[in-house]
Amino acid sequence: MGIWILIGVVAVVVLYVIVVYNGLIRSRNQVDNAWSQIDVQLKRRIDLIPNLIETVKGYAAHEKSTLEAVINARNAAIAAPGTPAGQAAADNILTGALKNLFALSEAYPDLKANQNFLALQEELTATEGRVAYSRQFYNDSVLSYNNKRQAFPAVIFASILKFENKEYFETDEASREVPKVQF
Amino acid sequence: MFELIRSNKRRSVALIASFVVILGMVGAAFGLYIGNGLVGTIVALVFSGGMAFASYWKADKIALAVSRAYPADPVQYQRLHNLVEGLCIASGLPKPAVYLVDDPAPNAFATGRDPKHAAIAVTTGLLEKLNRVELEGVLAHELSHIRNYDILISTLAVTLVGAVALLTNIAVRMMWWNGGRVNRDGDRDGGNPLAIVGLVLLIFAPIIAKAMQATISRKRETLADVSACQMTRYPPGLISALEKLRDDGTVTHAASTATAHMWIEQPMAGVGDGGHLSRWNKMFDTHPPLSERIALLREL
Repeated sequence: MGIWILIGVVAVVVLYVIVVYNGLIRSRNQVDNAWSQIDVQLKRRIDLIPNLIETVKGYAAHEKSTLEAVINARNAAIAAPGTPAGQAAADNILTGALKNLFALSEAYPDLKANQNFLALQEELTATEGRVAYSRQFYNDSVLSYNNKRQAFPAVIFASILKFENKEYFETDEASREVPKVQF
Repeated sequence: MFELIRSNKRRSVALIASFVVILGMVGAAFGLYIGNGLVGTIVALVFSGGMAFASYWKADKIALAVSRAYPADPVQYQRLHNLVEGLCIASGLPKPAVYLVDDPAPNAFATGRDPKHAAIAVTTGLLEKLNRVELEGVLAHELSHIRNYDILISTLAVTLVGAVALLTNIAVRMMWWNGGRVNRDGDRDGGNPLAIVGLVLLIFAPIIAKAMQATISRKRETLADVSACQMTRYPPGLISALEKLRDDGTVTHAASTATAHMWIEQPMAGVGDGGHLSRWNKMFDTHPPLSERIALLREL
């Protein structure tokens, strides 16, 4: 009799561990997938920039410093390290450079009326939104994964089974500051 | 938030279960009149089961066809497609099919049976009258319906309400022609108390079913508003979109009573005039008044 109770308890514990383990695996895969989504969106943005530069050059070739800033920021973003923090830093610089470029376009009515430019602008705005959304989804996934990992009793065997805590994506201090407007 | 979604799922199961009970009771009452309660119950359940099955596979196509929706061209409607894709990334959903409806009234709906087989339709009026942020709020609301499986529940609810209505209709008509079962010697068989209970049930079942559907639909609208803000992390977008919908008097012509519950704003005329409705009407409304929805979002 006693032996059966013991076997039953062991079976329940093993089943429980299997269920929690599978849940952790699913969660961790979602985090990894969310992370690669960010890369996909960043790559898409980087690919759009040469086209944009060409279009703007046709109307405002003499705005060298702004154009070069975008090109440099793009190259820096391509070379950026694969950690959340390193990637964020390079990406914030690129976002800033693009903002300047679009602000510049206000001074060129012909450029602003160009269909190609408008399509690119829409595409870049949308991609920027997608980058933000993919980061949001990544953070949501990390939150749910870390919650699962740190909750009792999963926390007991999570580190034994090599489930590490995941790092959140955080923006740097500079982009958190409210931009100053000068007149 | 996730607690809300979970309780919503529990409520949906309860809704479907009580519909089945009502249907069974209607069937039994129906059977009483034709002389065999059990046969009636079985007929009702099989009948509504068949309807539910058919609607599971075909309801989205029917809904799109009834509203005369056509696929939105990804090049011409670049912004619309981009916004839907962005929100899908934010929520981890596959991208649904995007449809357009030629209608000057700003409105939108979602349909399908699960996130993998879903569609979002917006009116051309919505694209014209809302800016990017507002449009994103509305699309997030529709995507929330998809993510919370509201599209499936509302489709099933409509089908089951339809089944109840149809069965009671048939029963009432039969009674009319049959005079409530007249005996061979001409005496009316009025002494059966079960028959009276059955009659009362037949009269009230469609009303109860409709009110239940409306209750669940209102809860889901509010929930979708809240989860839309969780998706965009920007409540002002949806708030200002709902305000525009409130201030816009155009009636959505592409909507019919059958599809009224699906749209983001209740499309029927005479509803939501300042949000003052009699309690009776309020019971059958599929949407909470826009002013209430806006007030709730302001609290976020």
